[in-house]
Amino acid sequence: MVTAPATREQVMAWLDEVKDPEVPVLSVVELGVVRDAVVAADGAVTVTVTPTYSGCPAMRVIEESIAEALRLRGVAQVTVRTVFTPAWTTDWIPEAARARLEVYGIAPPGPTEPSDELVPLRRATATLRCPWCKSTATSQTSEFGSTACKALWHCSSCLQPFEAFKSI
Amino acid sequence: MTAPNPAFFTALARLGDDRLVLGHRTSEWCGHAPILEEDIALANIALDLIGQANLLLQHAGAVEGAGRDQDALAFLRDAMDFRNVLLCELPRGDFAVTITRHFLHGLFSVLQWEALSRSTDDTLAGIAAKALKESKYHVRHAGEWVIRLGDGTDESRRRAQDALNLLWPYTGELFMQPADEAGLVAAGLTADVSQLEPAWRAQADGVLQRATLTPPATTWMQRGGRDGRHTEHLGHMLAEMQIVARSHPGAQW
Repeated sequence: MVTAPATREQVMAWLDEVKDPEVPVLSVVELGVVRDAVVAADGAVTVTVTPTYSGCPAMRVIEESIAEALRLRGVAQVTVRTVFTPAWTTDWIPEAARARLEVYGIAPPGPTEPSDELVPLRRATATLRCPWCKSTATSQTSEFGSTACKALWHCSSCLQPFEAFKSI
Repeated sequence: MTAPNPAFFTALARLGDDRLVLGHRTSEWCGHAPILEEDIALANIALDLIGQANLLLQHAGAVEGAGRDQDALAFLRDAMDFRNVLLCELPRGDFAVTITRHFLHGLFSVLQWEALSRSTDDTLAGIAAKALKESKYHVRHAGEWVIRLGDGTDESRRRAQDALNLLWPYTGELFMQPADEAGLVAAGLTADVSQLEPAWRAQADGVLQRATLTPPATTWMQRGGRDGRHTEHLGHMLAEMQIVARSHPGAQW
């Protein structure tokens, strides 16, 4: 059977259906892990990815999911290439995806802010909105959470703990 | 791939081994930290450090051109082949030692990554730019703890000051620029660590003053790790870290 090679747009649309294994309401495209896809004349696809965190254990699963998704669409040859520049940032996550994060129960990341002081004496009090009750009477419990990309927060209105996407 | 570059391999091993050894030491806290949030924090930091080591040693293996990957470098080298500073291999100690070491080494890492993000080697520059974001996070976490412990109770202050006294003589090695990297620095591949000391000292002093802690007066600094001369502690740590890989050569899972 002879089929025409997929277009780049098609490939990106397929990849937009591959979910992050740890945050399954975000696709790997929305997360910003997929940087680009190139379709060769013979139909072989090279997907360029960048890791979120250096030690993110989900990266291998993401790469396998990408290859699997494209093979299921009939792409015979898939290469996943890793690049480190530019370094991944949560600023790449689009608004629509942020809204879905909040519905899922994870406070979306705020904008990243450059800080000159490495160990600030008083932490800037950027407040996050509780994804459950929408109160802003919240505080950070720990900068580290269940995965590398999340922090632990607590809401003093509804008394529920919640996770927040770190801004990096 | 470019031609094998033994000097650059050694420089990348120095970068990777610091993070691998400190990352493994940090992982020893998993399940043992004083509170749950800190257990999670230390496990996350260990994961970041080992992730950084993974990237650096992978690149080192490629630069070496001898067919060794990051696993071969991590699990099949002996202590004398490791190039980490002695600071990273010391036993984890109590929580004050662990946190103070993260602060002292993390501050160095932030400055080193900033410099290396301008490396003429694109892969190293990319790894450094990424690791810089993570190390800033680590040093903020550790620095806040140093202040809390130092400016805390009599007991926490005593432990924090003891930790600083213990670790301080190991900080000098961070800034001893290896002579065999002169050509790499000239080519812009790596950064001269001796240039980082004034900024490191200024930042460290700022936090230590707020923590009411004082560095010991000693000027004698321990050294040896960058050339493969280690404390007795590294061999014991590697025995535990490497036993599974060495007992089951080539195992896949």
